[in-house]
Amino acid sequence: MIAWTIYITFAGAVVILLLPRSFARWIALAATMAGLAISLAPFFRHDVDLAHFTTIVRVPWVPTLGINYHLALDGISLVLVLVTGIAAVSAVLFSWDVNKRANEFFFWLLLVVGGSYGVFLSADLFLLFLFYELVIVPKYFLIAIFGSTNKEYGAMKLTLYSFFGGTLVFIGVIAAYASAGSLDLNQLAQFQFSPQLQSWAFPVLFFGFAVLAGIWPLHTWAPTGHVAAPTAGSMLLAGIVMKLGAYAALRVAMNLFPQGFQMWRNTLVVLSVIGIVYAAAVALRQRDLKFVIGYSSVSHMGFVLLGLATANVFGVSGAVLQMFSHGVIGALLFAVAGTMIYRRTHTRDLDELASMNLRRALPFAAFTFVIASAASMGIPGFSGFAAEITILIGAWKTYPVAVWIVGAGMVLVAAFTLRALKRSFFDVDPANASAAPPQMDPITIPEKLGAGLLMLATVTVGVYPKILLDRIQPAVEAMRFLK
Amino acid sequence: MSYLELLKLASPEAIVVITALVVLAIGLTKSKSNVMVTFLAAIGLALAAGAVLKLPENATLFHGMLVISPLNSLFKVICLAFAFVTVPLVAVEKSQRNTGEYLAMLLLGTVGLLLLVGSEELLMIFIGLELLGLSLYVMAAFDKTDLRSAEAGLKYFLFGSTASAFTLFGISLVYGMSGTTTLAATAQKFGAGGSVEPLLAAGIVLTLVGFAFKIAAAPFHLWAPDAYQGAPVPSAAFIASGSKVASFVVLGKIVLIGFAPVHGSAAWHGMIAGWSPVLAALAALSILLGNFVALVQTNVRRLLAYSAVAHGGYTLLGLVAGSRDGFSATLFYTTIYALTLVGAFAVVGLVKRETGGDDLQNFAGLATRSPVAAACLSTFMLSLAGLPPFAGFFGKFYLFSAALRAGGNYGLLWLVVVALFGSFVSLYYYLIVLKVVFVDRAPEVQPVPPAPRASHAVAAATMAVLAASVFLLGILPQSLAALIGRSLP
Repeated sequence: MIAWTIYITFAGAVVILLLPRSFARWIALAATMAGLAISLAPFFRHDVDLAHFTTIVRVPWVPTLGINYHLALDGISLVLVLVTGIAAVSAVLFSWDVNKRANEFFFWLLLVVGGSYGVFLSADLFLLFLFYELVIVPKYFLIAIFGSTNKEYGAMKLTLYSFFGGTLVFIGVIAAYASAGSLDLNQLAQFQFSPQLQSWAFPVLFFGFAVLAGIWPLHTWAPTGHVAAPTAGSMLLAGIVMKLGAYAALRVAMNLFPQGFQMWRNTLVVLSVIGIVYAAAVALRQRDLKFVIGYSSVSHMGFVLLGLATANVFGVSGAVLQMFSHGVIGALLFAVAGTMIYRRTHTRDLDELASMNLRRALPFAAFTFVIASAASMGIPGFSGFAAEITILIGAWKTYPVAVWIVGAGMVLVAAFTLRALKRSFFDVDPANASAAPPQMDPITIPEKLGAGLLMLATVTVGVYPKILLDRIQPAVEAMRFLK
Repeated sequence: MSYLELLKLASPEAIVVITALVVLAIGLTKSKSNVMVTFLAAIGLALAAGAVLKLPENATLFHGMLVISPLNSLFKVICLAFAFVTVPLVAVEKSQRNTGEYLAMLLLGTVGLLLLVGSEELLMIFIGLELLGLSLYVMAAFDKTDLRSAEAGLKYFLFGSTASAFTLFGISLVYGMSGTTTLAATAQKFGAGGSVEPLLAAGIVLTLVGFAFKIAAAPFHLWAPDAYQGAPVPSAAFIASGSKVASFVVLGKIVLIGFAPVHGSAAWHGMIAGWSPVLAALAALSILLGNFVALVQTNVRRLLAYSAVAHGGYTLLGLVAGSRDGFSATLFYTTIYALTLVGAFAVVGLVKRETGGDDLQNFAGLATRSPVAAACLSTFMLSLAGLPPFAGFFGKFYLFSAALRAGGNYGLLWLVVVALFGSFVSLYYYLIVLKVVFVDRAPEVQPVPPAPRASHAVAAATMAVLAASVFLLGILPQSLAALIGRSLP
């Protein structure tokens, strides 16, 4: 059933190319809505085993090399499929006004979405790697054709970073394959790799994936890429693509090479803590609103890596929850900055925005941005709080010092978020405080729907995180590296 | 053995030779015969492929001078197929005056391919190499109105004949050591000694030089950029496809059958003299040099030439591995690579017809001008870069995993890392081509496309079919991998 998320998305992409331009956005919306609906279905059924990576489809594909077309589902995959669905629908809604080469735009967009579904559901290492690499090129075109600021540079940088990560992953994948003679993730997870292999294959694989998750110091593609991308592109990058790296690092690198993971754990903690604090500090100094959000993404993804590195149920579950949470919040922030503000004001410079009195011109945008900022800062009641507190509880058991440092980092997160919020919407210039707000196009209905969907997601999970945690935790407990 | 029986077993070659002569005769006698000779050539190639399928499964003639085996038959069909898809490209060449002569050369070159693939004896292999080479020299220099074409032909000829001389010398040394030119018998002689004597080492290295030239492995690649850029488009496509595939098949057979006992080892910290360290060095050098030089090219054909050097390097990895797995990976990769390059040259030919050039800027705005060609070109480029869902992705996975599994304890990891690094570098220049096609603005003055003719439609269809097959082989690689796997002993 859930495998249809992949098929419908790719089918939608093909259909878009064949039909006239005016249909493109409707087909994209239909395909992504269908994906979201399908990914919601397992939440209402109780006969689905989410504690184990349960096979959905398994067909021999390339018997010569023992490759199967093998999809499977557990709680972790389900949560990520869900966030993919949510981000995809809202990304389409926020691209409602794309007219230039619309067919191509939605084609590339759906390829990114479909490939991501594929990664989250793959239970065959080759298949997972195939979907993982499939996402690289559509991103390039999405940014290089439809982007803004310095788009060709940003697109190329992002693509080369992704492909560099992919190259490292390639080495890790064939090393695991050559050693175990199998590509089935469930079988590989039972295989005893030699410690010598694990000691070098783990970092190669983990860092390869972590490039996409924005690990410090390989994060620099993220701010540049986010800024250059069109709104939907940034939303997908922050909402989905960064999760691909983190998910695959957990599912493949950590689960296959537990001893290698133990050897490299401390390094990972150090890097993730640096990432959290450093990115937050850099964000504090940015003038471009999208750069602020881009660095905040790196900082938030640092929490994911920290959670993974704790290697206990709390930390890892929190990391998965944070992937969901940041997917939603990141998408929301970029939607506000990229479409609600930039398309109307044609600037993202915080100083210029400060003089525009946007709060009165775009009250809905202001409201959305307040919600998004609150969620981003980790205010209780939003998903960010639930995720980060879970990660920190997990980290406290093993790395109390890291928690202290990260705690300081969280103050920086609050600082740059509040600064961006104040500068963009609430700075009242005394000179023209009483002047009428500038005339701007009102926020459109698709934008309201998209923002509403994302806000609903972050608040629901924030108020009742059990709805996801109950599905994540059993799946995390079943993973090998915890035993 | 009666002549009739011999003729039966050599029927594919015979059919192609007869077709070549007929095409040549018609081309010389009738003035407006382009359509007719094109059809004749295509039909002749198709008949020859049919004849290959009719051959018995296994047969050996004259101590291995002509060997019929599942592997040889499969690659005879593949070589004929590459010649077949080159024919429509010939038909659309505007500058082509004597289509009959050109096609006759193409067909004679194809006979060379068939002999190369179908022989397991060093002298016969050399004759096949020469027949192929001579036809290709003529084909490269065929456009008499273009100075570059003459340059391409001359360079190809000078480098090629020198390389042939080396190979012949190498073969004579090998013969002197073993007293036989049959591959299987050579292996038995060498098997007795076990160690690599200096004279034998010289013989092996010199023999390999000729093949390194054919597959454009660095440092024997110097002809490639000029030949790829200057030669008429179909000649370049044929040099990059049929010639390369056949060379890899033969090279594989020579090293894996003939030189099997002197395999050596290319493992890091465990190098043992033999042919595999030689091939490993060629591979590493080709990958690094090809990819880095390709970065700065502004002419698409030159870019394809340097990328061909790099791909020759990747393909060698399977042979270095030396296992059955490695050889089948090499065969798979070289086949899909050749498919991709013929397709890429078809697109280059189309752009050249429309804009009069094949520099990067001539490709600007191709996406708006002809979306199908742009889609085909991106298929080929992304497949070359090794990205899914195209055949190149699976090909690289197959090749590199085979190399890593061979040689015990990840001995070839260093070579795989070099190859993957090269592959990473290569994405940049392939993407630059696609950037020009999809992102850059079309030039102010739109080129006027030449009046559509039936032959253009056929060429466009060929291009689309090639793109579709690169895509399908990426999704269903088993179809080709199983064929190759079954045909290997």
